[in-house]
This record gives sequence, C-alpha cells and structure tokens, in this order.
Amino acid sequence: MKVPFEKLDKAFENRLRLQIMSVLMVNDRYDFNSLKELLDVTDGNLASHLKALEKEEYIVVHKSFLGRKPNTNYESTVKGKAAFKQHLDALEQLIKQQKTS
Amino acid sequence: MEEKEIHDELASIRNLMERSSKFISLSGLSGILAGLYALAGAAAAYFILYTGNSRITYHPRFYSLDYFLDSDVGHLVFIAGLVLAVSLVTGYVLTSRKAEKKGQSIWGTASRALLFNMAVPLISGGLLIFILLIRGHYGIVSPASLIFYGLALVAASNFTFIMVKYLGFCEIILGLVAACLPGYGLLFWAIGFGVLHIVYGSLMYLKYDR
Repeated sequence: MKVPFEKLDKAFENRLRLQIMSVLMVNDRYDFNSLKELLDVTDGNLASHLKALEKEEYIVVHKSFLGRKPNTNYESTVKGKAAFKQHLDALEQLIKQQKTS
Repeated sequence: MEEKEIHDELASIRNLMERSSKFISLSGLSGILAGLYALAGAAAAYFILYTGNSRITYHPRFYSLDYFLDSDVGHLVFIAGLVLAVSLVTGYVLTSRKAEKKGQSIWGTASRALLFNMAVPLISGGLLIFILLIRGHYGIVSPASLIFYGLALVAASNFTFIMVKYLGFCEIILGLVAACLPGYGLLFWAIGFGVLHIVYGSLMYLKYDR
C-alpha cells in the first residue's frame, strides 16, 4: 500500500494549526481573543502556532488598536488556502486507500 | 495515521468551520413562543380595533403625546412594543442557555455579525414605519414591517441556519401580498409574525434543539 504521506503538509501536522487554518478558511478575519476562546487554548500555545503559520506565509497578521487595547487580526493567504485544500485532499485519499486495501 | 483518527480530524475541522462562522445556538423554542406572543398581541389588537367604540378612525391630528397614547394607534403601538420586548427577552434567555450547552459564546464573532446584519434593515424599516405612522399612513405598517423583517432575516441568514433565509423570503412575499390587499393588515401581520414563527420554530426545534 502506497500512502501519499508526503502530500500531507508538515505545517498542519499539529492539530491546532489545522484548526486555526480551518477557522480562517471560512472567516475573512478572526481576532486573537476570539480564536483563543473558540479553540480553548492558552495564549502562549496559540501565539506560537500562529507564528509558525505566519512564517510559512499561510496567514497574515493585521495589528490595530481598539481604543487603547491592541487588537490583532489574522487572515489566511492564497498560499495558505491552497495548502489547506491540498492537505484535505491528501487526507481524503488516505481514507480511500485504506478502504480499498 | 489511522482511519478513525483522520475522520476525527475532519469532523473537528467541519465543526470549527461551522462554529466560528455561524451562530448555531438560535433556539427553536423561542421562535414558537414568539409566534404565540404575536398571536396573542394580534388578538388584543383585533379586540381594540373591531369591537367596542373606536376612538380614532382615519387621519387624526395628533396634538399631543397624551392624545397619541390614548388613541387606538397608541394602544396598538404599545401592544406591538410589548410583544417585541417579551419575544426578545424570551429569545435571549433560551438562546443563551442553548449557547452554553453548545459551548458557543453568545457575544462572539458570529453572533455579532448576525446582529449587525439584522440591525441595518430592522432599524431603517422601523424608523420608516414610525415616520409613516406619525403622518397617518396606517396601511403601510403591516406590509412594511413584514418586508423589512424578512429582509433582516435574509441578511442575517449567512451567519446562522439556512432555514432563517427561507423564513425571510416567506415574510417578504407575505408583506408584498399584504400590500396588495389593504384592510387585511392585521390578518397578514398575525400570519407573518404568529403562524410563520410557530412553523419555523417547530421545524427548528425538531431538527436542532433535541
């Protein structure tokens, strides 16, 4: 059985990163605090994975201020969206192959 | 990776996509109750309009607020406001309870988008109706409130269950029909805000609440 593991994106190996990306697929922008609440994770954990995705250029960061409070928004890039789709396709193929084998 | 693991992964992605972009905690039961309140309100309005001696008929001149509040129109506005207030409170209580159960924030990104998209047609329609009411165009109230409410639902439906969109279209169509048949405003109002809400609430309840 030949499994296309190489097609699975390394950046999405971590579950949290995949989750962040799925939120940013269906929302134009999502802010840090809402993400934190939705995914129920700690500040540090979320920040480090956001940083990793940003490094891959899968997401871009928009920083602004709401009054005096900093407000950080995230948006997925074209590259990130394509990578996410490819990753899902690879997962789908994995399932199909396991069914036939 | 095991097959089950992949399935879990996909399920969690799907769940997150829905939970982050749509407010899925709207309570069906609150729709049913809102419909019942509206029917009770319509019955009270019918009682005021068609039984007893009507104090104001057509094109009154409102000399003062007291005069306005004591007229039939004032009573109807009061009933409508009461129905709206009780429905909103019921909706808020039941929806926040359901949101808690579903682990969704009642004041999150999705619910804010939902409310904002609803508020634009609702407030503009509400103001328009109020202005026309002051100027004595009573006939416009029922069709206009149905149409603007329908528009608000269609606008908000991107952020919640698709069924809200169908309810919105039904309200708009009903409002247009009501505009063609002057004199039956109260009847159409009762159908749109009463019967349709009960039907929609029941469908929602059967499909999502249990």
